[in-house]
Amino acid sequence: MLLPLGSFSVIALVSFLGLTRDGSWSTRYSGYLTIAAIFFAFLFSLWALDSAIDADGARVGFDGHKWIVVGGLDVHIGITLDGLSALMLVVVTSVSLLVQVYSQEYMRGDDGYNRYYAFMSLFTASMLGLVLASNIVQLFVFWELVGLCSYLLIGFWFYKDSARRAATKAFLVTRVGDLGFLIGILIIFSQTGKLGIGDIHEAAIAGAIGSTALTLFALGLFAGAAGKSAQFPLHVWLPDAMEGPTPVSALIHAATMVAAGVYLVARFFPVFSESEEAITTVAAIGAVTAIIASLLAIVATDIKRVMAYSTISQLGYMMMGLGVFGIVAAIFHLFTHAFFKALLFLGAGSMNHATGTFDMRKMGGLAKYMPVTFWTVFVASMALVGIFPLAGFWSKDEILSDAWDDRPWVFVVALIGVFLTAVYVGRMLFLTFGGEYKGGEEPEHGEPGGHAEPHESPPLMLVPLVALAVMAAVAGLVNLDDGLETLIVGWLPKESEELVTHGGFQWWIALSSTAAGLAGLGAAWLVYGARVVQPGRVRHFAEPLPEILENKYYLDWLYEELFVRGVVLGGAAWLLSLWDRYVIDGAVNGIGTAARWGADQARLLQAGQAQLYASAMLIGVVGAIAGILIIDAK
Amino acid sequence: MGGVLFALIAIPVCTAVVIMAVPSRYPQLVRYISLLSAGAQFVLSIIVFFAYEFQGSRGLRFGFRVDWLENVGFLGKHGISLHLAVDGIAAPLVMLTGLVIFAAVFVSWNISYRNKDFFVLLFLLVAGVFGVFESQDLFFLFFWYEVAVLPMYLLIAVWGASSNFGTFVRTKEYGAMKLVLYLVAGSVLIFVGIFATFVEADRGTFDLPVLGQVQYDSGFQKAVFPFYMIGFGVLAGMWPFHTWSPDGHVAAPTGVSMLHAGVLMKLGAFGILRVGMTLLPAGAEFWAPVLMTLGVIGALYGAVSALAQTDLKYMVGYSSVSHMGYVLMGLATMNDIGVNGAVLQMFAHGAMTALMFTNVGAVYDQAHTRDMTIFGGIAKKMPRHSAFWAIAGLSSLGLPGLAGFVAEFHIFVGTFQAGYYWAGAAGILAAAITATYILRMLARAYFGPLNEQWENLKEMRLGEQFAAALLIAFLLFMGLWPTPFIDRISDSVRNIPGITS
Repeated sequence: MLLPLGSFSVIALVSFLGLTRDGSWSTRYSGYLTIAAIFFAFLFSLWALDSAIDADGARVGFDGHKWIVVGGLDVHIGITLDGLSALMLVVVTSVSLLVQVYSQEYMRGDDGYNRYYAFMSLFTASMLGLVLASNIVQLFVFWELVGLCSYLLIGFWFYKDSARRAATKAFLVTRVGDLGFLIGILIIFSQTGKLGIGDIHEAAIAGAIGSTALTLFALGLFAGAAGKSAQFPLHVWLPDAMEGPTPVSALIHAATMVAAGVYLVARFFPVFSESEEAITTVAAIGAVTAIIASLLAIVATDIKRVMAYSTISQLGYMMMGLGVFGIVAAIFHLFTHAFFKALLFLGAGSMNHATGTFDMRKMGGLAKYMPVTFWTVFVASMALVGIFPLAGFWSKDEILSDAWDDRPWVFVVALIGVFLTAVYVGRMLFLTFGGEYKGGEEPEHGEPGGHAEPHESPPLMLVPLVALAVMAAVAGLVNLDDGLETLIVGWLPKESEELVTHGGFQWWIALSSTAAGLAGLGAAWLVYGARVVQPGRVRHFAEPLPEILENKYYLDWLYEELFVRGVVLGGAAWLLSLWDRYVIDGAVNGIGTAARWGADQARLLQAGQAQLYASAMLIGVVGAIAGILIIDAK
Repeated sequence: MGGVLFALIAIPVCTAVVIMAVPSRYPQLVRYISLLSAGAQFVLSIIVFFAYEFQGSRGLRFGFRVDWLENVGFLGKHGISLHLAVDGIAAPLVMLTGLVIFAAVFVSWNISYRNKDFFVLLFLLVAGVFGVFESQDLFFLFFWYEVAVLPMYLLIAVWGASSNFGTFVRTKEYGAMKLVLYLVAGSVLIFVGIFATFVEADRGTFDLPVLGQVQYDSGFQKAVFPFYMIGFGVLAGMWPFHTWSPDGHVAAPTGVSMLHAGVLMKLGAFGILRVGMTLLPAGAEFWAPVLMTLGVIGALYGAVSALAQTDLKYMVGYSSVSHMGYVLMGLATMNDIGVNGAVLQMFAHGAMTALMFTNVGAVYDQAHTRDMTIFGGIAKKMPRHSAFWAIAGLSSLGLPGLAGFVAEFHIFVGTFQAGYYWAGAAGILAAAITATYILRMLARAYFGPLNEQWENLKEMRLGEQFAAALLIAFLLFMGLWPTPFIDRISDSVRNIPGITS
């Protein structure tokens, strides 16, 4: 964690000083520095993983360091290294490393090259800090920092109108969830006085927390997780987040940060597993998200948005896995998903490099021009659908069988999800790689045909693609002998470990999910590959679903127009500013006016007329004498 | 070491005298004298903070006393004395004052109209602020309080700016007059409270440590605490006595806004804590729910009002009301975590809001407007300035790693500990609204396509950049490593009677 942080500080300082100078000497080195730092962080992560394996996934102890201590409030920052965090470390550093290498080429010549690497370093450092946190406040700190990096990188091209909107939206929507997280922290502290993650687990298992408080705490955490992991109804920010550079989408909005929500729920599994309401919520929200997002992916035309919806839906799968007590399956899926989804994004970036567009309707026929991109993306797509023997097959299968074991209705939803996934994946593949090339994006003005002939991307971009493709192919095999199992559950307290679902491998589940996947691919082939069925007819058949989907269930309208613009800005803020101006100031200015009026009246008394003064004195003297007499009389 | 506190008051007073003696045809000399003096104050105030020993014997540090009136008339031993000392609460605030005045001199560098008079008044004001934070004598506390408030009128009325909003106009004279009337009304209440306390204690002295040992009748405490709460509360921007604050800030020149929102408003909250809660714990406990309610309303009200503003400076002004609402909430928790949070928030808000006003001033100087709706994309022209704005804003919305989060977290934990769940939840809601107005402002004014009207904007001056970097250094210091602050503050908060842990 310290290495990327160090490189952030150096780059941030250097880039800040060189901010206004173009092509200054520092430009080349920021990329090298970041890559070197993350490379060493990757080596250390492997070392950490090795220690965790030796310890059978149990926690390797480290001492905390005093950060905030006031009376009962005690925040010691420390390190939690166990099977779960070690696995996350390897995912984060390996994907980050490959993405940084890829970015060397992808971001070449960009004005903000230094800034890009500074933010990427800060992000990687914060993400590692999040994973390693031993205290819930510490976790929250890094949680917010990764959110900040996400904001900064979505808005990386801040001079684009769409980017500034997307960045603001992402920050605010995730923030709504984070408020729940914060309230959860406050609840658990006021109930137990503890903030250490291990202490909270113990208190939850020992039943030291009232059941309402425990549920509220868990739901608060889940609100935070739903914001970060883009779960319904807080998923609306992730598709817009695609405004950021594509490597950012690959690292932050596909592989790592958005998975932090899943990690959070897994980290607090001993708490969630004690509350029936909370874990049911997790399963239900995950199921709803998986379905609605994959439906949206079917109508999206921007390849990055298709993948964003796909990410949302796969995160929904992980939540479903957690919701059926299948922590192993969920984290396993997180692990495999990180590789194949990062690969899909980097592949999309490669296609954009060739065609200048992300609009799938303007691509087509790319398999011919970009064979390496095609084959790697193909592997990732099949992994995503869950085709044997690629990574996604194994992890998705585990979620399905855990679901069957615990809550059959989740199994049904998940199986429908597999079909929908295959449909949008098939559509994406046929539109981009199949058929004829449709010319890419015509620049709005200036030299047209800049992308008339698509070309394969340079080697620096292809190497990460191939490396990720290898992982997408074989990552599923790690758990063949339940090798991940001990790592992922080894740190759990005994009582929680007993609750974990072990669905095991079942032939009929594997076959049915493969069948659903193939059926989906077949359906996509009918419409977009063989073109036997016209898309318009499908659309007509499904009325009014297409309109609803194209308007994204009207959620954006509900949030932005109705709530933010209508209620908050139009109503409350306007009323208050009027209140300040007229009621409060009106009262104050009124007092001022009254005082002036009083003074005007009083002025009349000092008109310089001796008779008036004399009579006033007379009245005063008489009054005083009368007063004395009355008092004396008593 | 006692001399250091005296020096912190004496230096600005002497600077004011020296500057008066400089012929007005040497404006540059005035600037360098000011810079030297502010630098000396900055260094000394840092020494006060770091040399403060928080372990071992509890109590006041760096004591210094000059008796002024003793054994005359109704006054007994140490009747009225210039008794200076700091505790762990005052030490960070003294450092904040040194920091903000140093930054303010850089920001005010280009003031050319009667710059001599400007700096004279500015240093008088600062002497008053140091005086309040350091005084251990009620009489002098009040004296310095007035010294800090009154220069404000001239500073705003002479060097300020009027704003025309189309439908209505806010002149600088209006802002100045409104501010002074409010604050003077507040000090009348404080004055009544001080004399009531003096008479009730019947010790013949205004010495705070002596008065603090007296057990006041609980009826008396309940009757007198509101005088302190409202009297000081006016300066702290307590709702509904806050409307002077946005108008005053907007009318004031940048350096004065920095001092005023950054430091002066803290005097109000500090007064409630130092005088009201310390002397009258039972009164404070009785009125705490009211204080909490007003704090929550202020926090929400300020945030929602800030959301409606299109003028950058009004937005910052209302955000101050909102953040000072947090301070009051922290004080009203009456427990060590919350009160710690209140003091942390005073520091955090002080540095942050000074940074915000620096930024507003920097862009206003060039663009001659503060209307965020007609800006757009100026991050391209002023990248560093935009980065400073973003950092200030992020601290304001409670991003971890910056000072605001540490303070707000304490306050929220404190409210939950004290059982004010609704208040904690409302405070968190206010933080969400803060995020909305800050990010909206950044998106509207700084990001997006560049409005061609602003093609000629330049990066902010180096002096301003230095001031901003300095303020950010402190925001990061407290955000990343709050332990030195907390050690000092909690050491003294524990000693306040009536604070539970």
